[in-house]
Amino acid sequence: MQSHWTRQNLLGIEELSREEIDTIHLQASEFKEALKQPHAKLDVLQGNLIVNFFLEPSTRTRVAFETAASRLSADTVLLEGGRSSTVKGETLRDTAQVLESMNADMMVIRHSCPGSAHYLAQVLDIPVLNAGDGAHEHPTQALLDTFTIREHFGQNLTGLKVTILGDILFSRVARSNIWALKKLGATVTLAGPATLVPDRFQSLGVHVTHDLKTALVDADAIMLLRIQHERQSSTHFPSLGEYRGLFGLNGARARYLKPKAIIMHPGPVNRGVEIDSTLADSAQSVILEQVTNGVAVRMACLYLCARGRQQQL
Amino acid sequence: MSKILSIQGGRVIDPANDRDEIADVYAVDGVLVDSLTPDQAEQAETIDASGCVVAPGLVDIHVHFREPGQTHKETIKSGSHCAAAGGFTTVVCMPNTSPTCDNAGTIQYIKDAIDRDALVNIYPTGCITKNMDGVEMAPIGSLKNAGVVAVTDDGKCVQSNELMRRILEYANMFGLPVFDHCQDYALTEGAVMNEGDVSLRLGVKGWPAAAEDIIVARNCILSAYTGAHVHMQHISSAYSMDLIRRVKNRGGRVTAEVTPHHLALTDKSLSTYDPNFKMNPPLRTEDDRQALIQGVIDGTIDCICTDHAPHTDYEKDVELDHAPFGIIGLETSLAVSLEVLYHSGLTDLNTIIGLMTYKGAAICHLPAGTLSSGEAADVVIFDPDEKWTVDPEKSFSKSQNCPWNGDKLRGRIKRTICAGETVFLNGKIIPAS
Repeated sequence: MQSHWTRQNLLGIEELSREEIDTIHLQASEFKEALKQPHAKLDVLQGNLIVNFFLEPSTRTRVAFETAASRLSADTVLLEGGRSSTVKGETLRDTAQVLESMNADMMVIRHSCPGSAHYLAQVLDIPVLNAGDGAHEHPTQALLDTFTIREHFGQNLTGLKVTILGDILFSRVARSNIWALKKLGATVTLAGPATLVPDRFQSLGVHVTHDLKTALVDADAIMLLRIQHERQSSTHFPSLGEYRGLFGLNGARARYLKPKAIIMHPGPVNRGVEIDSTLADSAQSVILEQVTNGVAVRMACLYLCARGRQQQL
Repeated sequence: MSKILSIQGGRVIDPANDRDEIADVYAVDGVLVDSLTPDQAEQAETIDASGCVVAPGLVDIHVHFREPGQTHKETIKSGSHCAAAGGFTTVVCMPNTSPTCDNAGTIQYIKDAIDRDALVNIYPTGCITKNMDGVEMAPIGSLKNAGVVAVTDDGKCVQSNELMRRILEYANMFGLPVFDHCQDYALTEGAVMNEGDVSLRLGVKGWPAAAEDIIVARNCILSAYTGAHVHMQHISSAYSMDLIRRVKNRGGRVTAEVTPHHLALTDKSLSTYDPNFKMNPPLRTEDDRQALIQGVIDGTIDCICTDHAPHTDYEKDVELDHAPFGIIGLETSLAVSLEVLYHSGLTDLNTIIGLMTYKGAAICHLPAGTLSSGEAADVVIFDPDEKWTVDPEKSFSKSQNCPWNGDKLRGRIKRTICAGETVFLNGKIIPAS
């Protein structure tokens, strides 16, 4: 298949074409295959310095990016919020330019402010990869989620029904997945309480429901999202108990799904809130497959953006 | 010897006097006169205004000149240069300086700076609460005696209805209008841009129009209850516009202003997260924008004000969430208003000039905004059709936070005359001699 990737930045899914997503997925499946060899290490990014600039807490995304870089033989530097100069009053521009001046080759940014990855891409010459910007986008998560869905349902997702359940309003994962799934032809339904899933989301070309049964019936895949206590004021719903009562996924409710439906979660999982513990560990759950695929997909993103940069020089 | 001006051959538009004709305008010693004696005509400096509009010097009752306290952003001097370059001869400064204008001493400081540095007429306003904290009433009587022309906590909004009620009663005793920046805080905590389809897509914290509408409604109710004059600043939403229209139709003592940017732009402009489109209140939807234009056309809106709010590049050049609210506007106000309202064919020059001259002046009882004989010779001469490019390098502001940088606009100021003295001519400030 022909490569459709010329970018040096991965900032969001909204601006990507279907062909660009296909290219990333194809590259990711090659890397995934290569990783099956014991102690697999590829030398494609040998000598590259990748800065992981994480101004917001992250475990799996950060580790997955570090692992991906290491599997591609790149060196990584981690700069985390709280330790960086931003707490001393330095602007994001200045901090980023300092890192670039140390001859960093790429930067992966996680930031609580939406648009911050776009901002850095304007400021810096080197490739910028968005590892999550506020409630805006988390493109690598959506790319690994749709990669996982394709492994289960084939390349053609036309007509596939995917439901995203939970805190959509504050979720960058939801936004990136909405764009990715729609570009790949799937039908997307958002579900959850009206305060976290406002009907306005229909403007993005998706269905919105506040009825769990409607959301689950005939779904091929369900993505659960964590309730992000840290981003919400106390006014969005009465209690985690009421949330679980109305929207928590349990065994009985999961039977509304199609028999071969998969259950997804970007993590971290709040067991007993958005999903019953046993269901998270059930055969339908692909939560750990998502994690595994996250490394291959991020290898593909790093590799393609580095190549895009080379082509532009 | 007298200084005599004869401005010849322009299209004289003086909406306060219902005047629109090709005519000459005369001034003697800084005062407008109906005619010159033959001797005076011989001595007069003649100014050819053919092909241009000759109008009263523009009036803006909502600007921030940042002095004292934030003179890295703007000063009374630099702000007055922006005003002159934009055709303004009278502006009203907001009191959110540092320290705030909640005491007569700060007002005196500002008046001294105006006497020393200002190229145009500048009037101060005072706070309605101490330090603009929204808790205790400011000494409005002392502020009145010190020379404020209105009181306001602009930039902030008194949340207590009880305190606002007492402020209205108290300020009304002095005949001072109360300006209000209409914003409910609980609905806008951490908010950055209009809450709507665009904020949802961008993942940016939304600022619902309801936060403005609730305070506009509150102010309409309290104005009716107390009989006091409330001036609603920078109205941005369709619902607020409708409320104000209804209250005005019932004879309520409310007035309202709109900014050129809310007339010209919508929240779609924020799609690139550019902080030069971040303002308070935020840019709204196309429906809101159309409602504001309708309010201008049907007279619900009393005046166009810029809310000229300078911030330096290093303050604005950060993540959208962290950037300060506000843009500069004095140098682009007329051109943007002409683009949106006149070149679009929606209304005529008379209406726009009225909104930018005597109507705002009337809200604060200022002696400005007309070409009446005996008034100060504050005059602007502009070509409504001449196209120019907004160039931050050529701005007279100490800040360049302008959403129109690089854009081409129609409507160019040729000359600004304040009290008979030319203060701006063909792109250059003419300092006081």
